[in-house]
Amino acid sequence: MSLTLKVNGENREINSPPDTPLLWVLRDELDLTGTKFGCGVASCGACTVHVNGRAQRSCVLPVSAVGEQEVTTIESIESKAAQAVQQAWQELDVVQCGYCQSGQIMQATTLLEDHAKPDDTQINTFMNGNACKCATYHRIRAAIHRASEIMEA
Amino acid sequence: MTQLSRRRFLQAGTAVGVSLVIGLDTNGTLAVASTNTDASINPFLKIDGDGTVTVIAKHFEMGQGTSTGLATLVAEELDANWDDVKVDFAPANNALYSNLFFKIQGTGGSTAMANSFMQYREAGASARDLLVRAAAKDWGVDASEITISEGLITHGSKSAGFGDVASTATTLEPVASPVLKQPADFTLIGRDYLQRKDSVAKTNGTAEFAMDVKVPNMLYVTLLRAPCAGGKLATFDASGAKDAPGFIDAMALPNKAGVAIYADSTYASIRARKLITATWDDSEADTRGSEAMMAEHVALVGADPQFPATPVDIATVSALNSDAAKMVDAQFTLPNLAHAPMEPMNCVIEPTATGVRVHDGCQMPTITQGAVAAVLQLAPENVEIRTVFAGGSFGRRANTVSDYHVEAAMAYALKEGKHAIKLIWSREDDLAGGFYRPMSVQKVSVGLDENGRVQGWEHRLASQSIMKGTPFESMVVHDGVDHSTVEGIVDTLYQIPQMAVGVSDYSTPRPALWWRAVGHSQNAFTMEIMMDMLAHAADEDPVDYRLSYLDEGDEKGSRFAEVIRLAAKESGWHERQKGEGYGFAAHFSFNTYVAEVAKVSLVDGKISIDKFTCAVDCGIAINPDVIRAQMEGAIGYGLGAIMRNQISFKDGVVEQSNFPDYEPLRISDMPDVAVHIVTSNEAPSGAGEPGLPPAGAALSNAIFDLTGNRNTELPMTVHGVSFA
Ligand code: FES
Ligand code: FES
Repeated sequence: MSLTLKVNGENREINSPPDTPLLWVLRDELDLTGTKFGCGVASCGACTVHVNGRAQRSCVLPVSAVGEQEVTTIESIESKAAQAVQQAWQELDVVQCGYCQSGQIMQATTLLEDHAKPDDTQINTFMNGNACKCATYHRIRAAIHRASEIMEA
Repeated sequence: MTQLSRRRFLQAGTAVGVSLVIGLDTNGTLAVASTNTDASINPFLKIDGDGTVTVIAKHFEMGQGTSTGLATLVAEELDANWDDVKVDFAPANNALYSNLFFKIQGTGGSTAMANSFMQYREAGASARDLLVRAAAKDWGVDASEITISEGLITHGSKSAGFGDVASTATTLEPVASPVLKQPADFTLIGRDYLQRKDSVAKTNGTAEFAMDVKVPNMLYVTLLRAPCAGGKLATFDASGAKDAPGFIDAMALPNKAGVAIYADSTYASIRARKLITATWDDSEADTRGSEAMMAEHVALVGADPQFPATPVDIATVSALNSDAAKMVDAQFTLPNLAHAPMEPMNCVIEPTATGVRVHDGCQMPTITQGAVAAVLQLAPENVEIRTVFAGGSFGRRANTVSDYHVEAAMAYALKEGKHAIKLIWSREDDLAGGFYRPMSVQKVSVGLDENGRVQGWEHRLASQSIMKGTPFESMVVHDGVDHSTVEGIVDTLYQIPQMAVGVSDYSTPRPALWWRAVGHSQNAFTMEIMMDMLAHAADEDPVDYRLSYLDEGDEKGSRFAEVIRLAAKESGWHERQKGEGYGFAAHFSFNTYVAEVAKVSLVDGKISIDKFTCAVDCGIAINPDVIRAQMEGAIGYGLGAIMRNQISFKDGVVEQSNFPDYEPLRISDMPDVAVHIVTSNEAPSGAGEPGLPPAGAALSNAIFDLTGNRNTELPMTVHGVSFA
């Protein structure tokens, strides 16, 4: 039985079994490898994608549960907030190893869509599930503030 | 390999679309070639016809910024335009790309920039000289009148890009020792901000990690491993998985370390693994639990040390301390730790015409090349290593047995080379997978005289040796003492009279491994808490007390004193009130001097880590912003572990399974960090590790200042500290 998935604006036929987590469908079947595997149990955020525009952990979301919803991955985010986040990340050279950063960017984009001007407490609360073992957190906070400025400009 | 004749270079150099390549030839001297010619020139840089400068990085990139650093060195001497510079990773080749300090190709010990500093600058300077002479020849002008700035070659009204003269440049002979710039003339080295070369790819999902590699005809493999280190596969039953979707096969590894589970996707292998059962022979396994291990370590520090690590022995100092005015005693316990880089271990092996290609975030390419070649019975040169970005390492990827590559090679061999293999570790595999930082127990007794000055320092230490039994043993182990066990203690820059250090080895079949900052990660914790305790016992300011033990007439002593003063000044140390939650620590490691001040406060009765002020002297700061990032990251990585991480065992089985019980530092834990870099023209030293060692002691000392409670046992959350 095959499923159809709306990914990055396209309908894609999926052959993986329906209980396969969205993460592995994206990575192994659709070759969208920007979305990363870090834990598989919703505790690191490396696999964060947007489902109907909201950050979600793809490692615990069975592909069959996505249904008609639109999936967007790091490869094709283009909202105003997403662009501001990417620009701020580059300006401040947030990345170290970079492995967590797709997830950080997807999560931060949703934060800025909810709160145009988040304070540190809001950032800490909203970003707390996105682990970065390189501990780039200090710059992530600064970059979210910077992205908020870019959006205002 | 055939040695290319000079004449053929010349011919090749006249070809259309040629690239200028600068590197060492097989005799180790700088040479020039075109990329279209024989591969016996393995270059540090290439210049394409379109002017793109490609720097070939002999070190891998795990986030520490080395690829940006190497590119900076070349671009500086070349006067390239930063935006025209890109980075590729070198293949495995000891003769050309070895770490000049290790003599093998590998990254570690915070040596990447230090060992490459002259080498990569010379490659850039040599290329610049060729470009100048090529332009002079093309234009018929005197080379001395030509200037280069930001990628533009100029003479009077004439100008050209690098690509325009690259073809002519390949016809010229490089000079033997190119003239390097004076530090005063640097425009890129030391520039406060220069965008990282990996910043864009790592923010748009295009950066390639080994986990992202997909090649034709590839099977996905996870392994079912022995739950106890040293356990061997007795039997397994895969019948439960036979109908699992995507499951292909299950086969015992030839070394009986586990079962390889082949499937048509990562998830299919993970799913099938849950349906496969196995029995294990634990007769040679380590089945001890953490409590027993700790008790054994404690017994070892209670007995006479097996190996004296200082010329003075413990018994002598002990006798000396019998008339001390005051004794200050402490026992430190530090747990096993996993590295838990964000990208779990993995690699891809695929067949090539002559052997295999390994795709990996490869930290020690020539060791991995040899290890894979041995499993597959290939000549090492037929094992090609293709290095891609590594999703962190913190030491994990560098081990002298190349554990995960060897697993992948065995899985590949079992399928007789008919398939490419992608080996994937899950997070559970990572935390249970061994190669931990060893447990360390240290017992320290210091005698003070009536003026509060140290009269004798007794330091007993029990830990598993990291280096014994590895190829590094002869370099690092002397008279039974593994230097990595006592580094930062026996070579402290504090002028401590009568210091005696004794070591006892803990033994287990479980492999131990360096973790970020190696022994310094443990020993700075003990040394800098001791210095704080001694200052308090002597009723002196902890900063002044430290300074009073430094010989500022000596270069090292004075550089150490400078970072101590700088951190104190920038943190407002001398203006603080006692009890406000300030803690100080400083440490010298990897030839770099770091001092840190932690500021903590109480929020609802819990400790909040508010701020870290860090001063660092790592010689010339090649990329100041990368250095700041490394200090921030090392402080964060250290704090996370110190606060709440430990790998513990029950009957030999690791108790932690995934991030929920090996909780990483989170953004809400991360303090504000201010990094101050000492201006220096000394040779560059380490940056990736030295920020870590002082962090834990600074935190512990700050908590003591605030609450009066001394914390010498880690992790802190297991020993009574709650964090906000
Ligand atoms: S991989 Fe999904 S949260 Fe970690
Ligand atoms: S940048 Fe390495 S884990 Fe976040």
